[in-house]
Amino acid sequence: MSGASQASQSIAARRGAAPHTSMFLRMLVRAAVLRRGRAASALLAMVVAAAVATAMMNLYVDVQAKLRKEFRSYGANVIVVGRNGASLPSDALTKAEALLGGRAVTVPFAYVVARTAAGQSVVVSGTDFERVQKLDRWWSVSAWPSGPHEALVGMRAVPVVSPDGKPFDLSFQGHTIHVSIAGTLQTGAAEDSRLYLPMTDFVAWSGVQPSTIEIGVNGTSDDVNAAVSGLAEALPSAEVRPVRQIVEGEARVLGKTRATLYAAAILIVLTAALCVLATLTGWVFDRRRDFAIMKALGASERLVCGFFAAEAAALGVVGAILGFVIGIGIAAWIGRVNFNAPVVPRFSVLPVVLAGSVAVALLSAIVPMSLLRRVQPAIILKGE
Amino acid sequence: MFPRLLYESFRRQKRRKLLAAIAITLGVAIATAMIAVATDIGDKINRELRSYGANLLVTPQEDTIDVEIGGVNLKPPSDGNFLSETDLPKIKGTFWRHNILGFSPMLPVSVPVSATGRSQDVTLLGTYFAKNLIFGKDHFTTGVLNTHSWWRVDGSWPADSSEDVLVGEHVARKLQLGVGEKVAIAGQLRTVAGILSTGGAEDDQIVAPLHVAQAILGKPDAVRRVYVSALTKPEDALARRDPKTMSGELWDRWYCSPYVQSIAYQLQEAIPHSHAEQIRQVAQNEGTVLSRIKGLMLLITLAALFASALAVSAAMATAIFERRREVGLMKALGAGNFAVAALFFAESALLALLGGGTGFLAGAWLAHRIGRSIFDSNISIQPILFPVIMAIAVIVTFAGSAAAIRRAVQFDPVFALRGDA
Repeated sequence: MSGASQASQSIAARRGAAPHTSMFLRMLVRAAVLRRGRAASALLAMVVAAAVATAMMNLYVDVQAKLRKEFRSYGANVIVVGRNGASLPSDALTKAEALLGGRAVTVPFAYVVARTAAGQSVVVSGTDFERVQKLDRWWSVSAWPSGPHEALVGMRAVPVVSPDGKPFDLSFQGHTIHVSIAGTLQTGAAEDSRLYLPMTDFVAWSGVQPSTIEIGVNGTSDDVNAAVSGLAEALPSAEVRPVRQIVEGEARVLGKTRATLYAAAILIVLTAALCVLATLTGWVFDRRRDFAIMKALGASERLVCGFFAAEAAALGVVGAILGFVIGIGIAAWIGRVNFNAPVVPRFSVLPVVLAGSVAVALLSAIVPMSLLRRVQPAIILKGE
Repeated sequence: MFPRLLYESFRRQKRRKLLAAIAITLGVAIATAMIAVATDIGDKINRELRSYGANLLVTPQEDTIDVEIGGVNLKPPSDGNFLSETDLPKIKGTFWRHNILGFSPMLPVSVPVSATGRSQDVTLLGTYFAKNLIFGKDHFTTGVLNTHSWWRVDGSWPADSSEDVLVGEHVARKLQLGVGEKVAIAGQLRTVAGILSTGGAEDDQIVAPLHVAQAILGKPDAVRRVYVSALTKPEDALARRDPKTMSGELWDRWYCSPYVQSIAYQLQEAIPHSHAEQIRQVAQNEGTVLSRIKGLMLLITLAALFASALAVSAAMATAIFERRREVGLMKALGAGNFAVAALFFAESALLALLGGGTGFLAGAWLAHRIGRSIFDSNISIQPILFPVIMAIAVIVTFAGSAAAIRRAVQFDPVFALRGDA
């Protein structure tokens, strides 16, 4: 007896000490705790859907930037040349660099036709090897020149200038330069027939200033167009043009990839949402007894509907937040595995995922509820 | 008794079964579509990458070096060796002929050009635009329209048999030439079919049918170089090895893989006295871009598969959870755990097969739509995919049901019937 009264006392004490929470909140919490299994499976579906949606939205934005970076290994997408083959003004390179800042790699090239000791014509170019390495990554070079008077010689030019690999002389308008071969170059294009010298040596020898600047501009096609018009304004004496082969190829491949990604994202998000809809609808429908009991106890229709809606919304919110965290993880993993760079989490996606999840959850509560409202509680309680 | 139970279960619980079946159908459809797209995307993107232009260059074997700056070749036009135009169709006779999407021969010559009282020395480039060629019984069309897709023409492309020319936009501006006007090239009047804009060296040139350039040079059949656009496989360790050091079996494998190197080798075999080289700017970067996009789709497919598996599992778990009372009743009537589990698994299997079948069809249709709308070509679905997908559907459905079935079977019938679960 005393044990029982003690127990009832302690329950009363606990109730008194418990924070005053409204009946509504308590019902929500108890419903989730008591029906753990089912709430968990509904939540699981919600989390999966939100995670997939988050991952796809993050990737959709980020992958394009990542792929653009890959496309930059195709080299220059903007080219600046002096009109009618003339040299560029001496400040052209610094002007271009100042305009583009860190968003681009600029490489100057100067060209002359020189003669070898045997009288053969060969194209000699002066350039900045450090920048070339950054821009033209497809150049297959045995060894890059590091010191003065060292030349990079195209594969096809080697037998012409120095078949035995010894240092050789080049002459241009009466000036002669003595250079050694640092390495050979292979590109499969016009570069194979040329010689490349460090720019300082080249200018000191030939007196010819750069006539071409090749520029690899990072960013979207809008960025490239802005760079082109900006450069054209800053360098009125030069001709600035985008390299259509590169720009159009990139736009095309990127466009198709983006479209595929978009289609995949829509499919996946839609499927996930529909699966959540199917799961949650079943879940709410299965709780028709709770619905009937509440109504039988005198709860108004509005209260009951509000209760189920709040339950669904709570599920949507919790699912969305958990899913967002997991989705960011998935996106980061894909970024790391495929691009060796993490995908930056985008918190701007969170409100979208949150709103979407709550909307889907509410939608899946509405369908069964509109069915249930028409049915008398007694019939449901009888188990029909 | 068992088939009747199964049948009645489906007949009486149409709504619940439908929901579960929908979940499975959707899951399988997305899996099928994603797998189909992911397996085909490599080929599709590879074709798109061809818009970067030719990836192989064929030149005469013993050629003098080019003296070329900004697209203007200072080498005397008749200097060096030439390829023979009659050998070109043999390109379509090589082992990987179906991978060769097109080729364009080029023959630059330097010519005096005059129009509207101005005259100038210009490089005239002879090439194919869209030439019909025959090799054996194969008819095919090739030319710059295939290999240089970024060339734009204001006006019309000349026919390969005509004497009409395209004039680069810079030349046209200098000589004040318009479409349909006449221009004197090496003393002969030709019609300007169109103004060419390429964003490259051709803007300062005149492009004409190959035979026009050959006539000016006085060397019929001569071709300076050939640009070849081929679908290739990304380079790997085997591709980079020197074929001369390979043993017989390895060499066969190298020769029969569409590496850019092996296609170059085969081009050299097909065209006498030629040297074929990959254009590294195009060929080397293709592999990276392709593998990135392929990898991306593969990972997304994995994530999609995982998500649809979880969604199907969740749907199945809910569907079975709802039926504890039924389990209680069956057990109260004397059914063993095994009989109950067997019934549920049979239902799951049936649902998986139904949903899987519909889902596969829906997925195939989706993949087809994606291929049509994005790549303008079909995405092929390998028949082998069907059993694989069905097996996955059954396994995922079973896995999703297993935990719920075990819990349902373990319930005390009394509690289950009272509804206190």
